[in-house]
Formats: sequence, C-alpha cells, structure tokens
Amino acid sequence: MSDEWTVACDFASVSPNDVVRFDTPDATFAIVKLEDGRCSVIDGLCTHGKAHLAEGFVDGKTIECPKHNGRFNVLTGEPVASPVRVATNVYETRVNGDKIEFRKR
Amino acid sequence: MRDYTVGGPEAKVAEANGLVDADWYKPKVDRELMKQFMARSNGLAALHVASWFAALAIFGYLAHLSWGTWWAVPAFAVYGVLYGSMSDSRWHETGHRTAFRTKWMNDVVYYIASFMVFREPETWRWSHARHHSDTIIVGRDAEIAFKRNVPFYKFVLELFSFGAFPAELKQWIQNAFGKITNNQKDFQPPETFRISKWASRVYLSILIATVVFSWRIGSFEPMMFIGLPSIYGHWFVVTLGVTQHAGLAENTTDHRLNTRTIYMGPLNRWIYWNMNYHVEHHIYPSVPFHQLKNLHEEVKDQLAPPYKSTLSALREVVYALRRQAKDENFYIQRQLPTSAN
Repeated sequence: MSDEWTVACDFASVSPNDVVRFDTPDATFAIVKLEDGRCSVIDGLCTHGKAHLAEGFVDGKTIECPKHNGRFNVLTGEPVASPVRVATNVYETRVNGDKIEFRKR
Repeated sequence: MRDYTVGGPEAKVAEANGLVDADWYKPKVDRELMKQFMARSNGLAALHVASWFAALAIFGYLAHLSWGTWWAVPAFAVYGVLYGSMSDSRWHETGHRTAFRTKWMNDVVYYIASFMVFREPETWRWSHARHHSDTIIVGRDAEIAFKRNVPFYKFVLELFSFGAFPAELKQWIQNAFGKITNNQKDFQPPETFRISKWASRVYLSILIATVVFSWRIGSFEPMMFIGLPSIYGHWFVVTLGVTQHAGLAENTTDHRLNTRTIYMGPLNRWIYWNMNYHVEHHIYPSVPFHQLKNLHEEVKDQLAPPYKSTLSALREVVYALRRQAKDENFYIQRQLPTSAN
C-alpha cells in the first residue's frame, strides 16, 4: 500500500451499513460505509480466520466476520468480539468528489 | 483405525491436503437479500428466550408440586428436556452472538445455557470456531461427536451423556485447579485459559452447593432441578444433533456433503432454534436462527435435497453408524444438483 491516494470505488456504489470488496494486485480491502455516510477502508481478510470481511455484516461501527462472527471496530480496527484478537489495519479514507479514496496512515 | 485426536497425526495429513482453514463452497445469494438475512433482533431473541424460561418455570413448578408422586416422572421428563436439551440451541446461537443484536445479551444467555448444557463456555467457544473453520476435518475438528469404528451401543449411551459428561466434568475439575488439557491448548488462545479456569470454578461451585443443599434437606429434589437435568434431559438434543453430520463425508470442503438440512415441525424448530437448517447455518453462520428458513428457501436449489423428516434422517444415521462401526470407509454420499457449481 503506497502513500498515494488510491481510488477504491464510487461513493454511491456502497449502500449505508454495507461493505464492498476492493482488490489491488497485491492486497485486498473492505470498503465500509456506515449509516451516517462515513466511510472506512480496512484490510479485507479477517485477522483470525480465512474469510473476507466484504461478505460480513455491518452493524453500527462494527463489522462481523462472516465465518466465525468475530467483530472489528471499522474506525479503529480494534477487535470487539472473539474469536478476533488481533486488530486489523485501518487506512486513511476520504470522499473525493463521488469517489472513495484511501491511503496508508 | 482412524485417529480423531485433535492435533494428532491426521491433523498433519489435513494440512498437507489443504484442508486447514480452507475455502468452502458457497451458493450464490444476492447481497441485499443477505443483508436482510443477517439482521439481528433483540426483541425476537428476548421473546424466544422468555418463552423458554417460562416453559422451564411452569414445568419446574409442576415437577415440584408432584414430587413424591408418579406425576413427577412426566413433569421432570419435560423439565429435563427444556433444561438439558433446549439449552443446547440457546448455547449455540448466543455463542455465535447472532441471537441478539446486543453483544452482552448474547453473552448472558450463553453463560447460563453453557452451564445447563454442561459445557465450559470459553473452551467450547473456541472449539466451535474450529468446528466452523474445519468442519468434520479429522484431526482438526474437536466436535466430531459421532466417529467411525465406534460400536453402536456407545452412541446409544451418549443419549444420557455417558461419555461426554464424565469427560467434561474431569476438564472442569482440571481447569478449576489450574490445569489446561492438550485439546484446549490446540485450539484455545493462552490468554483465554483464565476464563476457563474461573468459569469451571463458578460452575463447580453451583453444582457443589446444590449437592450440599440436597444433603442438608435430606432430598435429592434440588439436584433434579440443577445439575442432573444436564444428564437425564440431554437425550433429545442428541437425537436431533446426531442428524447434523453423522454418517456423512469427512475431510471435504463442501458443507453440502458433510451436513444435513432436515424439515422439522414447529415444536422441534422452537426447541432447536431452526438448527435443522444446518447446511445453511454452516455456510452462512452470520444468519440468525429466525432467518434460516428464509435463507433455505433462497438457496435450496443449489444444495442437496433436504430430508423430509427427522425420522428419515435418523433412519439413515442409524444405518450409517452401524455400517461405520465395521467399515470406517463407509459414508453416505449426498447427491448435489447438477445446476450448482
């Protein structure tokens, strides 16, 4: 992940309380939009098991892994429900025009 | 003979074959629909839990009133199933934290139900996570309850926890004195061991207090309400639970081949919290109990045909377990729809 802004997707393409997947050649990400429209980009793969968080359930500020129901705070990356124990990476995220962009913090 | 030891030689074989934390088959479901299926409801879960506790209170009161008469037999029979069997599905769903929307509500019911179904909560939380990562993968899954090459009579004895209860009690005692078993070390993070130790101490204290109280009043009636129902009331969930995976394929990465979905009536589905839709639950563990029927309707064309009744599934299970007692290579092969990938 570079320090340059990367365009992930159109802002309108993600529903509130939802998440979509975004892949680069060497990494995969989960683009989360909260109910109030705030967006957050986190690592796509769960830190506990082999599952993509883009298939998970967004509820408030948390996202639930679709495989074991572990939860992360999408704004801080902190684990908030077992079996997740290791925080996930959260990227600096902005809405630029109609695009969601992110870069390494 | 197949070695089911978790972390044993079969675990290395599974890893070499790419079966550890593997990618599993998933049917196609529209994302918007899936979001609806995954939504949680505190109100609905509270209603279901309240109905369970109400049934326990009613039949517990009837059992107490009838103590000393023959009417106590049917009263305790029902109370026992409500306590020792119905707690299993509440334990399971709140363990996934999908019953209630609010985390602590799931956790409160989870700790109560864990005691009732006689499972140390922290260890079983992690063993169940492993069960979902590596479902019926030999050497990895600690919840393969119905193994091959086991005489059939041993499964019959398990209706009343003849093997499981002493093993679990032994672990509680070991944990209470600070000893962690090899099984726990294989799938449970070390920082959670202290929870297992304290949960075991609390649960054992409740059991000991019940025994002491029974001794003081000169009647084993209190033990019929607390502790013993985990044994005498467990048979019903074993009868339902044996249908989940027993007799099907091992070491596959397709839940349609190692798990059953069975149509059940409303009473069984209330007791079992819709775990009869077990294929769907394994593929999508984020879907709460009250949406599994709807999920089933959406994906059923991509799955193997469901069993029409509990009895039809049980017939197959009994046949398969009897065969597997003599031939460990035998298993039931499910037919997948040709339209599904």
